[in-house]
Amino acid sequence: MHDVLVVGGGNAALCAALMAREAGASVLVLESSPREWRGGNSQHTRNLRCMHDEPQDVLVDAYPEEEFWQDLLKVTGGATDEKLARLVIRASSTCRPWMRKHGVRFQPSLAGTLHLSRTNAFFMGGGKALVNAYYRSAENLCVDVRYDSPVDRLELDDRRFVAAYCGGERIEARACVLACGGFESNREWLREAWGQNERGEWPADNFLIRGTRFNQGVLLRHMMDQGADIIGDPTQAHCVAIDARAPLYDGGIVTRVDAVSLGIMVNREAKRFYDEGEDFWPKRYAIWGRLVALQPGQIAYCIIDSQAIGRFMPPVFPGVRANTPAELSGALGLDVPTFVRTLEDYNAACRVGSFDHTVLDDCHTEGLSPPKTHWARPIVKPPFYGYALRPGITFTYLGLKTDEHARVHFGGAPSDNLFVAGEMMAGNVLGQGYTAGVGMSIGTAFGRIAGTRAAAAALENVAHAAA
Amino acid sequence: MQQLESLVRAAEAEVSRQMQICNACRYCESFCAVFPAMTRRLDFAAGDAHYLANLCHNCGACLHACQYAPPHEFAVNVPRAMAQVRRETYVEHAWPRALGALYRRNGITVALATAGGLALFLLLVLALRGTLLHEPLAGNFYAVFPHNLMVALFGAAFAWAVLALSIGTARFWRGQSPGPASGASAAEAARHALALTYLDGGHGDGCNERDDRFTRLRRRFHHLTFYGFLLCFASTCVATLYHYALRWPAPYPLTSLPVVLGTAGGLGLLAGPAGLLWLNLRRHPLHGDPQQRPMDRAFIVLLFATSLTGLALLACRDTGAMALLLAVHLGTVLALFVTLPYGKFAHAVYRTAALLKWAIERRQPNRLQLGAD
Repeated sequence: MHDVLVVGGGNAALCAALMAREAGASVLVLESSPREWRGGNSQHTRNLRCMHDEPQDVLVDAYPEEEFWQDLLKVTGGATDEKLARLVIRASSTCRPWMRKHGVRFQPSLAGTLHLSRTNAFFMGGGKALVNAYYRSAENLCVDVRYDSPVDRLELDDRRFVAAYCGGERIEARACVLACGGFESNREWLREAWGQNERGEWPADNFLIRGTRFNQGVLLRHMMDQGADIIGDPTQAHCVAIDARAPLYDGGIVTRVDAVSLGIMVNREAKRFYDEGEDFWPKRYAIWGRLVALQPGQIAYCIIDSQAIGRFMPPVFPGVRANTPAELSGALGLDVPTFVRTLEDYNAACRVGSFDHTVLDDCHTEGLSPPKTHWARPIVKPPFYGYALRPGITFTYLGLKTDEHARVHFGGAPSDNLFVAGEMMAGNVLGQGYTAGVGMSIGTAFGRIAGTRAAAAALENVAHAAA
Repeated sequence: MQQLESLVRAAEAEVSRQMQICNACRYCESFCAVFPAMTRRLDFAAGDAHYLANLCHNCGACLHACQYAPPHEFAVNVPRAMAQVRRETYVEHAWPRALGALYRRNGITVALATAGGLALFLLLVLALRGTLLHEPLAGNFYAVFPHNLMVALFGAAFAWAVLALSIGTARFWRGQSPGPASGASAAEAARHALALTYLDGGHGDGCNERDDRFTRLRRRFHHLTFYGFLLCFASTCVATLYHYALRWPAPYPLTSLPVVLGTAGGLGLLAGPAGLLWLNLRRHPLHGDPQQRPMDRAFIVLLFATSLTGLALLACRDTGAMALLLAVHLGTVLALFVTLPYGKFAHAVYRTAALLKWAIERRQPNRLQLGAD
């Protein structure tokens, strides 16, 4: 029997496994995916948000605790547990040497990410390289890893973990860490969570999943049924607008279309529905998925002209290209007269000052509803391009309520040998909204806490048994 | 010919497809020069594909780090796509053009060239001496082959290799020249070529071979091979100087400069290729282009054989087998020189040219103004 069982195989799970092993426990990791898909959503991540009071290795300037906390407060609108959030923030300042020790390499920030070099440390090669490094380290430390091993239920004795079931197999351990993600890959559950809208549509049927296909939420549902304390709203998720041609799963970073603030967005009725120039794309990035989800057919079209080319990150799929607005709307399947009117109204309303897409410039519309408050330039220079966008779910926020020791709670009382980390408890810190790299900060902080606590709980049990 | 054309276009189109995905991701930006060079472009025409393909050192780091690598449906395998275009670069720019096809059947080409070279020398030996075996000649090669004959034969083969590769590289360069080279960019390119900077993985831990683990072995074995080759070349140059400038003909004593250089180089050229072959046989199945393994291995084996026969000749130069060993060694060396412009060696000149392009290009302002993402 292993001391610690870790359910899941992404960043948080591996942090837990490595910490437990370092504390002297024997560890078994059960990853539901086959080896080539290991790592859950962590394989699609890129960086970690880090607090620091002065320039540190790959990080410039300072990003003090208070600023990090205010950023988190802003995006979550207060839906966060301050105690746990501050714990994550402080842990983010000290975890990098430990990560390096386990083979994670960081890079100086490069093209297209300069504004993040103060707040975020980038993994060299991205999240999959990080996951590979952790698995290598786990192997070197004799952590047992089993792939293709989805756990479907736990055996509990009151609040204590006894064993996990993997198909018909019963696996006992002295303590357990749950780090097996959210439920975003479970189409049925998403459908149920988002329900039916006033048009009779099931919006979630049109969602794409940006990450792993293995986050089915099986254990999350099981824990709900077992009476574990739950936090978060099932409809809350990191939901961005991505290319409608993206694969159903694992589209990752490349499916985003960064051109929204440079053009206009229209819905299936060929009408605009939100201020495309409200703020910089990184800040507004995470709102567009939800906005598109509320539109008929859960689809919208980003329209730009040639002036925008070379000013946004190249998208993975080529845009639909046409020489006139009418031709473009025809190619996109939109009503041509309505689209042309929408575009002409917008063009006529543009008050162009000095265009600068790197600042909140003075180009805006007048007398237009909704307005475009920055970067409003008439869309007139052919060829024109259109991208169809759909909501893309990155991860869900519904999870297990926990405390500073990462313990799973039942009716307000903590378990003494069952812990939780990663996306499965991120909702404690991140009730809604998102800011780049904070998911990895939560996963790393709580993964490490859960691993340490699980090892202590397991080894204490052994000591008790021996006494 | 049409079939050939479509093969080339398919390889380039695949690089273009994959670069479009990489350019939207950019997680590998700091692994090597390919990715920052990529970010200066929005689309990837044939010329770009050839340039980036030759900038790629086939280290494998981006493959293991890639969230879109197989079995993902995007099936991104940059090192493989680049390897396939690299061969097409060699084929397309080869001089004379008709011989470019040799790259596609290089394993056979090298085998035939080696056999042919050996046979030629054995024939010459037989013709000149009537027999292969002889009394010890105290290392006097010229008693077997007149010096002028060797100079003419190897001089011609070497000059041919230099000419063919120069013309190929010039054609490659004309594809899209980034502008004139400054001293600084030339020095930078030379440094990266001589140090094999891009086999360090971007973090100094090395590149990938069998799995996602990093290893410095390939860089080390490559250094042994390359610098071993240079030492052997230097030995020949010194010997030529001795012969013509000092009127001091071979054989030279074991402690003389040409023999010391040749011996050290020969040892490097044994250990390096042996190591590279060992790594090549154990590489991860997704690495590189499996179709080109015969070309890789043929060149490695030929280098090893050149060194092995050279050292054997040195060891037995005072015995009756000298003429035989000399014929075998010179036959191997001739095969090496003759196949130099139509095999794996081509990567050295094209890669150096690509490194120079990058050193020039990265000093120029980026015309793209991508918003910070």
